[in-house]
Amino acid sequence: MGKINIVFNDMKLEVDEGTTILEAAKNIGVHIPTLCHLDLEGFGIVNQVASCRVCVVEVEGRETLVPSCAEKVYEGMVIHSDSIKAMSGRRMAVELLLSNHPKDCLSCAKNLECELQSLAQELGIRDIYWEGERLKYKKDTSTFSLIKDPNKCVMCRRCETMCNEVQTCNILSAVNRGFESFVGPAFNMDMADSACTFCGQCVAVCPTAALTEMDNTTQVWNELVNPKKHVVVQIAPAVRVAIGEMFGLEPGTVTTGKIVTALRKLGFDGVFDTNFGADLTIIEEATELIHRINHKGTLPMLTSCCPAWVKFFEHQFPDLLDIPSTCKSPQIMFGAIAKTYYAQKKNINPESISVVSIMPCLAKKAEAKRPELTKDEQSNVDIVITTREFGRMMKSAGIDFVNLPDGEFDKMMGESTGASIIFGTTGGVIEAAVRTAYEWLTDKELEDVNFKQLRGMEGIREASVFIGEMELKIGIAHGLGNARKLLEDIQSGKSKFHAIEIMACPGGCIGGGGQPYHHGNMEILRKRQEALYVDDENKVHRKSHENQEIIKLYKEFIGEPYGKKAHELLHTHYVARQKI
Amino acid sequence: MPKPISQKKTYSIDNLPKEKFDLLDEYIGGISDKEGSLIHILHKAQELFTFLPMEVQLHIARKVDIPASKVFGVASFYSYFTSNPVGKHTISVCMGTACFVRGSNKIFDKLKELLEVESGETTKDKLFTLKDVRCVGACGLAPIIMVDDKVYGRVKLEDVEGIVKNYKDGE
Repeated sequence: MGKINIVFNDMKLEVDEGTTILEAAKNIGVHIPTLCHLDLEGFGIVNQVASCRVCVVEVEGRETLVPSCAEKVYEGMVIHSDSIKAMSGRRMAVELLLSNHPKDCLSCAKNLECELQSLAQELGIRDIYWEGERLKYKKDTSTFSLIKDPNKCVMCRRCETMCNEVQTCNILSAVNRGFESFVGPAFNMDMADSACTFCGQCVAVCPTAALTEMDNTTQVWNELVNPKKHVVVQIAPAVRVAIGEMFGLEPGTVTTGKIVTALRKLGFDGVFDTNFGADLTIIEEATELIHRINHKGTLPMLTSCCPAWVKFFEHQFPDLLDIPSTCKSPQIMFGAIAKTYYAQKKNINPESISVVSIMPCLAKKAEAKRPELTKDEQSNVDIVITTREFGRMMKSAGIDFVNLPDGEFDKMMGESTGASIIFGTTGGVIEAAVRTAYEWLTDKELEDVNFKQLRGMEGIREASVFIGEMELKIGIAHGLGNARKLLEDIQSGKSKFHAIEIMACPGGCIGGGGQPYHHGNMEILRKRQEALYVDDENKVHRKSHENQEIIKLYKEFIGEPYGKKAHELLHTHYVARQKI
Repeated sequence: MPKPISQKKTYSIDNLPKEKFDLLDEYIGGISDKEGSLIHILHKAQELFTFLPMEVQLHIARKVDIPASKVFGVASFYSYFTSNPVGKHTISVCMGTACFVRGSNKIFDKLKELLEVESGETTKDKLFTLKDVRCVGACGLAPIIMVDDKVYGRVKLEDVEGIVKNYKDGE
């Protein structure tokens, strides 16, 4: 790569050819504010539309200010990011954005998490000279997962990049022109009627409150104060390595014990780990995979834990509905067991049990409302809240999270293995399945449970695992755009895999749409991932079929894995949907 | 609390004539770079159907194999395209800079009052659709209104009623 000489704020520099002004600034520790710019480093995702003009700088010889995020350096370029002209240009860009932005910051869902608000603070804006007209569009509250408020859209187009380029769902597009423009689905339809998967990656990157999660915390409080209800709660694996961030802990701090204590303080009657549901999923999924291999069933088998992925293939590949595993997701399996086995053992009327899930995910909210998963008018899971909502509940209850002592999950159904912990990261579900499938197929003990070839952050990964004589070929994709590539290969008959794991979000559930905002810092996702693998290693049992509580559950209640009762309780079916 | 204005939804209409879809398909079939010709295809579709209901936009999206949101994005960007049914005559008022400074906004208000419609709407008798458009490229004649393809230049406020009456009388 060639080198280029530039002068940056009176400093002579040599930088790589192809560097943007913004990158050059970062390298020498000069901060230039940005808004629309989003670079998910290592994921190959860059939003570079240069629409907000918040990052403009002065370039000598150029009449107008230039956006540093999109402008590449050239030989002899003289740049000033700290001149009065540059600073006032940036300030004016922010003031203009604020001129028609609603000023309900105090009660806004993104209060103190809003990047526009941070910019106004950073630039010290106290007065807004232009008081502009406001948009008065209706909020879209049609879905169970997210809320879209076009009036708070700043047209940064980050959500479009995620929806169209990364996830290839193609739901969101700029609509209208000029002042009236905003981002929305085709024909201004309700999001609920579109092919949206509710992955929530648009919410994860929206700088303002134009896209936020549907808040269900009020319902949880109502259940908790209802004396007629026995309220149980489950937490997903990815929550424990992220929630600490909301209380100032380092990303990747494992806080399982503190979470349990907090949940008991909040008044939940039973505190459980979705990992129990994950171990149960592995028992069923590994049995299904072996069944398919032995009986020449449809291969590859695809995992079905991720509800955004499920909705994606229902809309985009309705001809491939027999490919995914029929296993319900861990959260739904847990709900089904809570309302049957747990209810029986504890002698509680299932009608009075309320199951609350704490998930890193927005799609889990919609999943819990799927008609086929709400058996006998009794939902298997009643309310789903995200990691962020759980954090807010603790804050409003005044819980000093950082200093909480460690608590223990309920004894019954309280055990979980290392295999279930790694469900929260890309590659984890399939590694957990392989650990169990290996021992079942070979009847031998698996000495090294670490399948490092399945781990990593590359969007699409391929690996082979030898199970005795048999070579099990495995594919892994995270991000729905990557999933699409693997599915197109299946459609055209080119696929060579036995099993494929797919997670909708970058990094898997650790990067879910309901997690604490990463604000574009991908290092956070890596730390969360690392923490899950460390937590796995610290477990005594690291294979799902060694979970004693699971063994008991099959013995006392379910009977055979993949048997009749298992099918009734733990398996589901899919629906062909329209692509729109 | 201001009353929410509804996002204008795209008109949906059943039983659109099949022969028009056939003509549209024939047109699309003759184009090699279909995706790059989206605007031409939308023009053709509007010429055939007089407006672009949801079914037509979706049909184009599937024929050209691009997302419906993209077709809608383009159709909603250009003021020439309309997603709502139009009247027999379309009155377009130019709101470009030259026309605007010469009072086209007052002419527009007068028309709204006269026809009892808002921008983009069609009169009850289905005779007129009123639209505000951006520069039509005849700034020397500002302010301009167009009725269908006919251009009226240097329009004065007092001319407006007469122009409308002409078309009404022609029925």
